Amino acid sequence: MAGLTHVSPIVEAPLAPRPASRKRRFSPWGEAWRRFRRHRLAAISVLVLALLALAILVGPLLWHVAIDDIDFTARLSPPSWDHPFGTDDLGQDLLARMLYGGRISLAVGFAAMAVSMFFGTVIGAVAGISRGSVDAVLMWVTDLFLSLPQLPFLLLVTYLFRDTLTKLVGPEGGVFILVVLVIGIFRWMPVARLVRAQFLSLREKEFVEAARALGASNLRLVVRHILPNALGPVIVAGTIDVAAAIIAESTLSFLGLGFPPDTPTWGRLLFDAKDYLDIAPHWALFAGGAIFLTVIAINFIGDGLRDALDPRKVM
Amino acid sequence: MGNYLLRRLSIALPSLLGISLILFVLLALAPGDPFGELATNPNIPPEVREALRLKFGMDDPIIVRYLHWLVAMLHGDWGFSFASRVDVDTLILQRIPTTLYVIGTSQLVSLIVALPVGVYAAMRPYSVFDRIANTVAFIGFSLPTFFTGLLLILIFSVNLGWLPFVYRVDINATGWQWYWEYVKQAIMPVTVLGLFQGASYTRYVRAAVLDVIRLDYVTTARSKGLDESKVIVKHVVRNALIPVVTLVALQMPSVFGGAIVTEQIFRIPGIGSLLISAILANDTPVIMAVTFVFACLVILFNLMADIIYGWLDPRISYR
Amino acid sequence: MNERELRNLVGDVKAGRLSRRQFVQRMVALGLTAPMAGMMLSQSGVAEAATAIPYKPTKAGGGGTLKLLYWQAPTLLNPHFAVGTKDQEASRVFYEPLAGWDGEGNLVPVLAAEVPSKDNDGLKEDGLSVVWKLKQGVKWHDGTPFTADDVVFNWEYAKNPETAAVTIGSYKDIKVEKVDDHTVQVVFAKPTPFWADAFVSSIGMIIPKHLFADYVGGKSRDAPANLKPVGTGPYLFVDFKPGDSLSAKRNPNYHLPNRPYFDTLEIKGGGDAVSAARAVLQTGEYDYAWNMQVEDEILKRMENGGQGKVQIVPTGNIEFIALNSTDPNTEVDGERSSIKTKHPLFSDPAVREAINLLIDRASVQKFIYGRTGVATANFVNNPERFRSKNTHYEFNIAKANQILEAAGWKKGSDGVRAKDGKQLKFVYQTSINAPRQKNQAIIKQACQKAGIEVELKSVVASVFFSSDTANPDTYSHFYCDAEMYTTTMLQPDPDRFMNQFVSWEVATKQNKWQGRNISRWQNKEYDDLYRKAESELDAVKRAAMFIKLNDIVVGDHYILPEVYRPRVTALKSGLVAHLSGWDNDLWQLASWYRET
Repeated sequence: MAGLTHVSPIVEAPLAPRPASRKRRFSPWGEAWRRFRRHRLAAISVLVLALLALAILVGPLLWHVAIDDIDFTARLSPPSWDHPFGTDDLGQDLLARMLYGGRISLAVGFAAMAVSMFFGTVIGAVAGISRGSVDAVLMWVTDLFLSLPQLPFLLLVTYLFRDTLTKLVGPEGGVFILVVLVIGIFRWMPVARLVRAQFLSLREKEFVEAARALGASNLRLVVRHILPNALGPVIVAGTIDVAAAIIAESTLSFLGLGFPPDTPTWGRLLFDAKDYLDIAPHWALFAGGAIFLTVIAINFIGDGLRDALDPRKVM
Repeated sequence: MGNYLLRRLSIALPSLLGISLILFVLLALAPGDPFGELATNPNIPPEVREALRLKFGMDDPIIVRYLHWLVAMLHGDWGFSFASRVDVDTLILQRIPTTLYVIGTSQLVSLIVALPVGVYAAMRPYSVFDRIANTVAFIGFSLPTFFTGLLLILIFSVNLGWLPFVYRVDINATGWQWYWEYVKQAIMPVTVLGLFQGASYTRYVRAAVLDVIRLDYVTTARSKGLDESKVIVKHVVRNALIPVVTLVALQMPSVFGGAIVTEQIFRIPGIGSLLISAILANDTPVIMAVTFVFACLVILFNLMADIIYGWLDPRISYR
Repeated sequence: MNERELRNLVGDVKAGRLSRRQFVQRMVALGLTAPMAGMMLSQSGVAEAATAIPYKPTKAGGGGTLKLLYWQAPTLLNPHFAVGTKDQEASRVFYEPLAGWDGEGNLVPVLAAEVPSKDNDGLKEDGLSVVWKLKQGVKWHDGTPFTADDVVFNWEYAKNPETAAVTIGSYKDIKVEKVDDHTVQVVFAKPTPFWADAFVSSIGMIIPKHLFADYVGGKSRDAPANLKPVGTGPYLFVDFKPGDSLSAKRNPNYHLPNRPYFDTLEIKGGGDAVSAARAVLQTGEYDYAWNMQVEDEILKRMENGGQGKVQIVPTGNIEFIALNSTDPNTEVDGERSSIKTKHPLFSDPAVREAINLLIDRASVQKFIYGRTGVATANFVNNPERFRSKNTHYEFNIAKANQILEAAGWKKGSDGVRAKDGKQLKFVYQTSINAPRQKNQAIIKQACQKAGIEVELKSVVASVFFSSDTANPDTYSHFYCDAEMYTTTMLQPDPDRFMNQFVSWEVATKQNKWQGRNISRWQNKEYDDLYRKAESELDAVKRAAMFIKLNDIVVGDHYILPEVYRPRVTALKSGLVAHLSGWDNDLWQLASWYRET
């Protein structure tokens, strides 16, 4: 559980003023950044993720092959100079498709994670810090969402809102919002419960009492004291959520509820590739590999974040 | 604590009712028609379809249908499936043994693997063991189950021919042979599910233990000369368990209806595949019954988790 | 192909210049069905060849277990309530009809002693009645003898609207009378050219009177025999788990000698088509897999392993694209795609013709469906002199461009053609199904090259094919510009198949979109000819009429046939199964055996 006193040499800013010759400014965020940089894997992962993002944003400008150029003579061909990632069963270039689809997959993954993290944290925090009826009501709402059968709900939401959203934001934007909302709606509950559980134990600790005795308002208590200490499992949840969101999006399009079937999101590419696994493994390998790489990178960044933000952490 | 328990239980009942009402309304509003197949058949005159709808009361207002359903449930009558003209509870009972056997085992296996692996990895962060464990965990949850399942089938069934991949409930064999057949056909689905589940459990356990393991009371316990295993089990794990308990409580109900993709791939006749085929056939009584049981399990397990928090950390108070 | 040419062909068969088989193949290529062709021949006096079903084993039993895999699991075992062919097949294990159709269009007696014809006084000249003679010595699984009472009972059971049987359409307009214990007479209200409908094939399976007599009308769904079938078929019921599996064992008192070969039977359901193919062709866990809707590429690779092969039988099913003749984007009286509107783009025949030229049927066949989908414009593999000028298919982007250009559709700055301010953009929908999505992609690309922009849409199959009046995505609502699906011939007669283009079947809000004419296409000539064909007793004249109907529909280019879909089944090596595309796969289950 969260500690009481610190155990080993942790870098702390000394209270005495230092000689003017060496001015070092210490702020919690600066500290955090320094610690993050020292976490090698996390630093590499940031680089990897940045490269992926760059590739996705800039790639289509450099690689001019169209994503839907059907070429029956080159079906299912393994990687070559013409098609560095090979082709699928209609002869479409996989590199181009992955670059294009990566935008959507990553955007959906991060946006859905943000939605579920936001709702989950807020609801979990409010439930955790309050007592009695507020907690009970919020937990009831959480239980309700947990018991919702996903598929009928998906069909219903799509059927109800697709037309309105299309009118508001256009077809692509509409589908994007719908997908992000739907995935986010089904993933905030675990985060809420995790946050609430952490809060339940943290709010009894001495440092919270002390802060309260000093006159801190509830909001300040939550934001500055409890929440930073509760973040551990929440960050893990967030990183798992991105992977889950990318995969959930492929399940949605398999059901016809997401993006149109010719949109090559990574999850969709993996799904299309699965039947050709023994015939053309390169197809599935590249799609699955991209998802895997993203997930690993995000996870290590999450590790680094957790280590960096938690002042008790020892490297 | 006793008060708390009583209070929660007394809230549980009306909250279940509320959930069931919302579920029912949701299903009633969702698009789809249980008699859709009849519509595509040119031989069925519309009067026949109308007659069926009247008979099953499908055109009554929603609240009336809900009340019918509620009263029937209270009498123990779970309804009658539209698709297969069988009592819903018979259908569910037929599938429970298989569900518990395959899906239940995979949950157990994932926990049994995740706990020690997560703890050990946290004890030696960034060591070789930790890195391998992490990588396997990442592979586990970044690949969807339809993919890992298919991969395993291709390797073990198609290429090596070691394991059957179509799950059969009635096997003609006796004695040890019978047990062995059952085990063989369960190996792949349990691995697929267990990997997926266990991967995230491992990450959570590791994170939770890392939170705790460097704290002073752990060092104190060690310096007191306590056995390492005692330190880990009695001090570290117990204090690290709260997020893990939360998760397990969240995941347990999904045994009853969550492993849809895996059940499809291996043709396991579990509750998940019952749910999905009922949804696709718009078989409302079955969907209602399964989701209702699911809701009960959710409420039950979350309540248990709340109680366990109190036991794990005595400082947590319920007012 | 007109009537005279048809009669000449029939004459050729009679004289022995043309084999029966070749005649049937030609008729199928013209868009008729094999049973119809068979009818044409038998009516003209061509003797029916006794259909031999080869069967080698010399005694019943000893064959071990037969394992069948259906990727949609059966949920019901009463043939009169069967939803889809999977339930029919499961029922066919236990129940049998009076006769079935073989792959060449011949009627083969099962519970009937012989096929009714003019020679044995089974058929009357006026087409108003048929006399069936029943086989003697047939017993139900519980020992009770099978008699004419059972046949009459089936008619009463099915025709009762309160039973809500799916088979009602074939039984409600006839009268069935018992002549004696082993003879029944079926009387029609008006002259019926296609008499072999009631009691034949999948809708003709007979259920026992003594077990169902108490469960008629409203109580029909409560009968215990619905889940524990007692029939006359080759296997006895053992156990059934709806949605999962069915098991049966050999019937020692089956009415054909030395049959069946297998001792036990297991049917397993669920999963998807590709893994079902693997289970038969790669791991050999199962002997038979139903309805292999899988890309041919994958099937061929699996066959390479040598453990099994795919068997393909022709059917009447056809995958086609319908262009909406009404406007899906204008609402009239609360209804979109109303017949009061006309489609802004497709009402121009040049556009329709151009789109027809942009469908690359040959590639769809070659690269997607392979053996499982044969490109067609309803004429396939025909010698030149039988090919109708209206119905050949062509893929020609340049020509499409020319036609559009000539009709005034000029390319705009964004590459999309426009005329009078209307751009050539349309929405094209179908159900979720991997080959269909690829099909859509191919057409979209070709259209792009001609300056037409296509937006693809795919809908969950259970929603697309549902009859929900509130859901705008069903195929019967047709709230988009073009849609594609396979229309199946539930019966081996084109009558019910072709009535989806008559104007009185148009799907509208008023009939809750239950009408069969989903494309909303209307044509007076078609309507008149159809009415005539409904009651024409002369088989050859009737066939000529149907060919003409075919030409009218296809020639207007609102309905664009793409590929015709034969039935594809996976069989393990050594299994001998007699399959027919005009009946259930299990129609001759009693005669299946394994070669050793």
